[in-house]
Amino acid sequence: MAVNGKRLRAVPGGDAAAGDATSEAASAAVGAGAPLVQLRGAGVSYGTVRALAPIDFDVGRGEVIALVGANGSGKTTLLRVLHGVLGHEGTRRTGVAALRQAMVFQRPFLLRLSVWSNLRIALWLAERAMPAEERHARAGQALARVGLDALAARPARALSGGEQQRLALARAWATRPELLLLDEPTASLDPDAKTAVEKLLAGFAADGTTIVFSTHDLGQARRLATRIVHLDAGRIDLDAPAREFFDSAAARRRDGLFADGALP
Amino acid sequence: MSAVGEAASLALDLIVHADAALVRTVALSFAVSGTACLCAAWLGLAGGAWLAAARFPGQRAVLLVLDTLLALPSVVVGLAVYLLLSRSGPLGDWGILFTPTAMVIAQTILALPVIAALARQLVADALREGGEQLRSLGAGTFARAALMLLHERWAVVTLLLIAFGRAIAEVGAVMIVGGNIDGYTRVMTTTIALETSKGDLPLALALGIVLLAVVALLNVLVAFVPRGHAVAVAEWR
Repeated sequence: MAVNGKRLRAVPGGDAAAGDATSEAASAAVGAGAPLVQLRGAGVSYGTVRALAPIDFDVGRGEVIALVGANGSGKTTLLRVLHGVLGHEGTRRTGVAALRQAMVFQRPFLLRLSVWSNLRIALWLAERAMPAEERHARAGQALARVGLDALAARPARALSGGEQQRLALARAWATRPELLLLDEPTASLDPDAKTAVEKLLAGFAADGTTIVFSTHDLGQARRLATRIVHLDAGRIDLDAPAREFFDSAAARRRDGLFADGALP
Repeated sequence: MSAVGEAASLALDLIVHADAALVRTVALSFAVSGTACLCAAWLGLAGGAWLAAARFPGQRAVLLVLDTLLALPSVVVGLAVYLLLSRSGPLGDWGILFTPTAMVIAQTILALPVIAALARQLVADALREGGEQLRSLGAGTFARAALMLLHERWAVVTLLLIAFGRAIAEVGAVMIVGGNIDGYTRVMTTTIALETSKGDLPLALALGIVLLAVVALLNVLVAFVPRGHAVAVAEWR
């Protein structure tokens, strides 16, 4: 199936295709006009378990990509490889020399500090040379964007699940990422909190942030994504623009693989 | 009144009237053990947290040595420091044997493995939960270690109290390197040992009561610090 004028598919599995480079060793910039992130032969094994078969995968600038599939299909592993925090076979290249990227994990880790301190520390980690005034301003903007500005002095861990997820999004967005990676950002949230998070993601995407997120919710994928990738047992089973994904006969055949009733 | 009862009565009298010798001994104990714990805290917290966050060849061996040092006998530490600081030892020129400084060095060596091992475990557990998130935010090894110490600061207070408890209740090392000099290097534990051997039970008993009270207070603090934190957090909900 065509995506960005290019056919993307899973590389057949097998160790023969595997290199031995880690993500850091293999990471490099591939130049202007190139995909934001480009994986070639990227595979991951945990011991004898193959979590991700060696795949080729491109993330184009401005795309909103939904990774769907059953538990253990490799969604989180692919996100971590795209982020560069997980050692893998093959290569990972970025379209710019110093890609600004952030990842929001399924259960965001927040320091036992105030909401405000969590944001300030994230900004300090992202850019040590940032003047204190700018850090202050950005933290304020990020909190206002996710609607937590009134809770800045609260202990971050005393927030509700939905508020913690919004804080994690604010923390990621405050660093002005070109690429935002999210691992099931609305898992275990109530409908209101889920809607709030989806609105924020739609807003980030409208601002031009490239987003890759995993989800079990096909309705969410249809609402947010421009491209949907179905993973099955560590392989890319289907990779298509969102509208084609749902229209395709292949997708229809696979409807049974996804959670019933997840579509609106 | 029995001998023990008489001794206990005299001991309480010494405590109630803040006997000068008693106060001096208690004060020196706190000064020596407190200073030793501060020194050990700097090294132990930084080293332990870094050991949890870093990966390097031979790390397992270092951790094995650290865990072994947890059971370091205090008399062995005293002997080692004595050999280092004695006139014929490599640091004999410093001339600090039988001084409170030597006692601080010995107790620092005793407290260091306790603080380092517990800090390492603390940070390692925290990193299992949030290490990848911190790496994702751009934190290097030192930043991850420092942030997790900050994250677990209440547990850090607890482990420092545990280390202080071990230091102030220790007798072997300070006896050897301090010399138990009256009014100069005599601390609670060494005074108890000496006065008991002399048969002067009231002072020994009074110091024993103070020492027990200190240990009990530390235990109370250890029990209440995390709970206080939990209450503070719950109030925000």
